[in-house]
Amino acid sequence: MKRQIPLIIAFICGIGMIIQFFIPHPVSQKTYEEVLHWQIIVGIFMMIIAVRSLCVVHIDKIRRKKEGWGYSFITLFALAFTAFVGIAFGMGEEFLISDLYQYIMVPMQSTMFSLLAFYMASAAYRAFKARTAQATLLLVVALVVMFGRVPVGERLVPWLPRVIEWILMYPNMAAQRGILLGVGLGMIATSLKIILGIERGYLGGG
Amino acid sequence: MNIWEKMMDIDRRWIYLLVGICVLIPLIRPVGLPTFTTPYTQALFDYIDKIPPDGPAILISFDFDPATAPELLPMAQAILRHCFFKDINVLCLGLYPTYIGMIDMALSNVKDDYEAKSGEDFVFLPYVPGVTAVMLSIGEDIKRTFGRDYYGVPLDSLPMMRHIRNYDDIALVLSISGTQLPREWAVLVGTTYHVRVGVGTTAVSAAEFYTFLQTGQFVGMLGGLKGAAEYENLIHAKGYTKKDTRKVASMGMDAQSFVHMLMIVLIVIGNIAYFNIRKKKAR
Repeated sequence: MKRQIPLIIAFICGIGMIIQFFIPHPVSQKTYEEVLHWQIIVGIFMMIIAVRSLCVVHIDKIRRKKEGWGYSFITLFALAFTAFVGIAFGMGEEFLISDLYQYIMVPMQSTMFSLLAFYMASAAYRAFKARTAQATLLLVVALVVMFGRVPVGERLVPWLPRVIEWILMYPNMAAQRGILLGVGLGMIATSLKIILGIERGYLGGG
Repeated sequence: MNIWEKMMDIDRRWIYLLVGICVLIPLIRPVGLPTFTTPYTQALFDYIDKIPPDGPAILISFDFDPATAPELLPMAQAILRHCFFKDINVLCLGLYPTYIGMIDMALSNVKDDYEAKSGEDFVFLPYVPGVTAVMLSIGEDIKRTFGRDYYGVPLDSLPMMRHIRNYDDIALVLSISGTQLPREWAVLVGTTYHVRVGVGTTAVSAAEFYTFLQTGQFVGMLGGLKGAAEYENLIHAKGYTKKDTRKVASMGMDAQSFVHMLMIVLIVIGNIAYFNIRKKKAR
């Protein structure tokens, strides 16, 4: 029963929503609206589960003094402190929560992302080589696009932006569209497998 | 060891130093290099420019966090400036908790320049979990989905919200994002509710969205910092900004230009070194 009830719910909901999509009746429309609100409510419970799961993982790490347990302590402290500040002092630009975001979260995330520029420059110098015909093609296109996407390139070679637009609009788009169609078909197949109970990974237990 | 082998063996910290110099110098002393306006930036600008004052609103979905803010925040601010100057009502939405802070930052940087007021010129919507459920739920009833604005004021009591119920009252949904969310906006919202969708995205993600531009599912696109700089230049040229407004994206473009040039030089040197070493080994 523990596995059958979720499978029945998934089947009824999946088939029900597919049928609903093709029936433009007020009752069907109202049902759709209600389901959307249920989904938002479920989302709130998902956050509670996520916080619980985070706490369980990190408390266990601290208790067992696993490698890097200090970071787990910082994670839990940050979670508790941020929640406390938000609940106790309120939300909005004039409150402490906004300062926490602006002066801690923003610089930390920006720093992490900015480091990519340094690693990319170093990696490009060492690894971006014309070893094969395909690698040479990739290298040439990358150089042309990189050069043409900055004002210096546009100024030195005025026709280059149009060449880049062509590369992005035709060869790039053809490849992207192929990927998108593949992803779309994959999503349909996976959705059907879930609705029909063939794919059961979401039930957990491996 | 010949010169090329030495070049390939260079300590990576020298490269880091060069990148650092190329970023810092143009930021300290901006060069102000002109930028070519791409047709997709122009298309988005023209679309927004044609929306009548106090007519249908624009919903800007701030789908980014601080990691991509250097590219996307200037974009969001340029569009907010455009809307506030033209008296276009703006709904600001964040689909994840960390995105909400970006709205806060963009609004506080821009609203005072135009004396824009919450509830009259813009509405800051609060975080509601659900992502795609929220996107679809706005199509049914925006007031029921959120109830109150970010500051806790009931949406029913806000003058701007009197004429906004769902996507029928929204002229454009603009997703500013470094993620796949613009695709969700186009597929789920654009197709289902027949609302026009625009996109502002990071340079890395821009290539993915050309297919939606070609089909007309996106009215226009701002691609990376360049797109933001192009939009900034367009609103400056039209006189939609104050004279002393800092062109943040254009300043960033100078730094990006120099780093791109450095990367090109490094790749070319790296390849010359590679072929010379290979030739030496073949002998």
